[in-house]
Amino acid sequence: MDHSTTSERCQLCTFFVGGLFLGVDVLSVQEVLRARELTVVPLAHTTIRGLLNLRGQIVTAIDLRLRLGFPPRERDDEVMFMIMRDAEGCVALLVDGVGDVIEVGDLTLEPPPETIAPHARALLTGVHQLPGRLLHVLDVRHATDVAPSQP
Amino acid sequence: MNNELHQQFVRDMLTESFEGLDRFDQDILQLEKGGVPDETLHTIFRVVHTLKGTAGCLGFTRIQRLAHAGENVLDRLREHQLAPSTALAGVLLRLSDGLRAHLTSIDATGREADADHGALIAELDRIHQPSTSVPEPAAAPRPAIFPEASVPAEIPVATAEPAGWGLFDPLPEASFPAPSNATAASESSETPPAFASTATTATAAPASSSSVRVDTGHLDRLMNLVGELVLARNQLMQVAQSRTARPETVAEVSQRLNRITTELQEGVMKTRMQPIGNVWSKLPRIVRDIAVGLGKQVRLETIGSETELDRTIVEAIRDPLTHIIRNSIDHGIESPEVRVQAGKPAEGTLLMRAFHEGGRVNIEIVDDGAGINLHKVRQRALERALLSADDAARLSERELIALIFAPGFSTAEKVSDVSGRGVGMDVVRTNIEKIGGSVDVQTTAGEGTTLRIKIPLTLAIVPALIVRSGAERFAIPQVSLVELVRLEGEAATRAIEQVYGAPVFRLRGQLLPLVFLHAELKLVSKPALADVVHIVVLQSDSRQFGLVVDAICDTEEIVVKPLGKHLMGLPMFAGATIMGDGRVALILDVPGLAQHARLLGENRERAASRQAAGADDASERSQLLLFSLGGRERLAMDLDQAARLEEFSRDRIEFTAGREAVQYRGRILPLVRVGRHLPGAHASAATGDEKIQVIVYEKGGHAVGLVVDRICDIIEEVVDLQPGSATPGIAGSAIVQGRITDLVDVAYLLNAAGVSTTRAA
Repeated sequence: MDHSTTSERCQLCTFFVGGLFLGVDVLSVQEVLRARELTVVPLAHTTIRGLLNLRGQIVTAIDLRLRLGFPPRERDDEVMFMIMRDAEGCVALLVDGVGDVIEVGDLTLEPPPETIAPHARALLTGVHQLPGRLLHVLDVRHATDVAPSQP
Repeated sequence: MNNELHQQFVRDMLTESFEGLDRFDQDILQLEKGGVPDETLHTIFRVVHTLKGTAGCLGFTRIQRLAHAGENVLDRLREHQLAPSTALAGVLLRLSDGLRAHLTSIDATGREADADHGALIAELDRIHQPSTSVPEPAAAPRPAIFPEASVPAEIPVATAEPAGWGLFDPLPEASFPAPSNATAASESSETPPAFASTATTATAAPASSSSVRVDTGHLDRLMNLVGELVLARNQLMQVAQSRTARPETVAEVSQRLNRITTELQEGVMKTRMQPIGNVWSKLPRIVRDIAVGLGKQVRLETIGSETELDRTIVEAIRDPLTHIIRNSIDHGIESPEVRVQAGKPAEGTLLMRAFHEGGRVNIEIVDDGAGINLHKVRQRALERALLSADDAARLSERELIALIFAPGFSTAEKVSDVSGRGVGMDVVRTNIEKIGGSVDVQTTAGEGTTLRIKIPLTLAIVPALIVRSGAERFAIPQVSLVELVRLEGEAATRAIEQVYGAPVFRLRGQLLPLVFLHAELKLVSKPALADVVHIVVLQSDSRQFGLVVDAICDTEEIVVKPLGKHLMGLPMFAGATIMGDGRVALILDVPGLAQHARLLGENRERAASRQAAGADDASERSQLLLFSLGGRERLAMDLDQAARLEEFSRDRIEFTAGREAVQYRGRILPLVRVGRHLPGAHASAATGDEKIQVIVYEKGGHAVGLVVDRICDIIEEVVDLQPGSATPGIAGSAIVQGRITDLVDVAYLLNAAGVSTTRAA
């Protein structure tokens, strides 16, 4: 929740999870994929939906819906995978849908509203007030930090 | 100087010098034995000379100074002005240790080590100065090359130890004053360079493992293959685009692609292959140091040092091998006096042998020492409460030997007080199993011990069995695979029994604990067709268990890929792989799975085997194989006597020297028709059958097939054998399952048939 960073405009890739309108820095997204088959990992953390073959690389897929505390979706065929890349490798986030890339100013970043469940709030960096709606900025590091084994 | 360039020079110097010093050590050991050609003397000189020059250029003055002092001595040696001696070799080895310590420090921190080796330099100078009469060099107090290695404590006082893998012998008296060392030092004016080599072998790794030398011819061949691969790809793309491609063309291209991939795979693997000699080259030095330190005489022999294996594995076995060697010399090989008393040569032999077998690398470490004292192993295990008195009496020789690998068995006080080493045999085994290998020990009291290590050639691509449980496929590395069992129909429902609430399966009379994969992994598995059960028999930690899966698919070579950090906490998975259809399959980690199922806990299995042994331990249960012949419905023989049960098609019977025989596993198996030699039975009634039932009887490496009409059952019962019957060929009768059953005397039978197992072809 750092309000005083640069006033440079940055671009967010937006997406939807359980009715929330969310965004992440576009530079942290490697690619976006349509639904594909996952291999279930038994006994893994419940938010880990499985493993994905990304051109020969094996990527763990985390369901953001479950991660943010929403009920599981009824059908999985419409989900999208956002492949996030960081220094340690790739991780895939399951989201309900992907929106546009939006340019925002850092200065408008505000703390997430109290109305959001505390569990989900902890995974947000803040919100941007856009005309007519709120854009929630996801803390990717935190959201993908799933305890190794917690059935 | 450009900083990056400087770094590059330093790296080159490290790689080159570590290699050079390793060779230097070997040459010095050769020199110590005497009879070294001039060429070797020049090589020794050049190593130090080159290092001095390079170090000087790069500003490492301490190395330069030390190397200079050494160079002077080596120059005189080269000119034959100095005679090689054990003492001189000792000093030169310390020179190599000193230089190596500096290089190691540069590798780690970029700076030379703090020690300036003043005493060593002075000593080298003394040897060099022709004016002073050459003093006994090593008689001077040993300078602390490695101040952290407290010298006297490091030298085990094992000469006084009784023979036998001393692990299990009573500890030497604490007050024992190490006289052997003191006398040895004054007599031979020889002080061992202590165990400095441990530090160097362990730390030399970073610089040496960051680069690999590849033969340029080999590199060209790889490039050719890559060229072919590109061509094949182009062709494939063309075929894929054309609408009229014929299936034959596709098959042809894929065949080519297959061939190129295989060759490329082998080729790239080969660049990663290193001869095991790279590890062994350090051993002579280690053996010398330990042997001298313990006052023993040991000759090291190596066979098959050109045997190649993957460099990651070469790195992984370095420490376990060193440890095993220390153990063999320390505990296996006796002191010269003891050896002579036992009628053996004073000098012990340590043989290292490596060879490829069945796609794996075998490494044997053979010593001709005292062997493992099984009695002491048993005692020690009891002292440590590793097993109950009851179990201790029951354990087989093999199981007893396996105890030396048990954690906590490697006797803590031994390690700290006498041997001074950090790891025990349990760590050795853990490290070897971590890379998919296994360790096996054979020992003969008074004659020696053989340790056999089997390790895979590589870790990146492994053969695996693909199984299915529920909707998921899993890969099981074939290293852990023992056999597959498929049960159908009635057998499937009867086969699985409960012992103390744990499911077990009776596999040829042995109780095999079962693990249901879908239950273990909490998979939703729809109850598979209940009339077929697939059991994958797996081996972990020298124990077997059966994994029940829904289906067994295929064997495949899989490429092992690591799991992401989110899945690190799951011990039952060793990684993941991508299957032919592009989907991901998890690779099961067999030891992890067994651990997760808490299978390897001694108690449960012991309980199971005890249950099997019968409620009343007093009466022995025996396992009988029931079979029938025309005219004699109830016959039995000891199951131990039956190596296998086979079914042969009648047309496979051939005649050799007037006797019936079949070809069996590449050998000739003579057949004996039991019915013809047993009074009261008539030769096979069921002559019309297509198949014959054969019990394979094996003795002394020779096999005979006993032809019977029907194999009925294998049972385990308390047998009260009544010897009454005078019928030849019948050893006695007993009541089995409520019916009188005759026990066949197999030896008589074979005799009657004119087949003796000793001369059976």
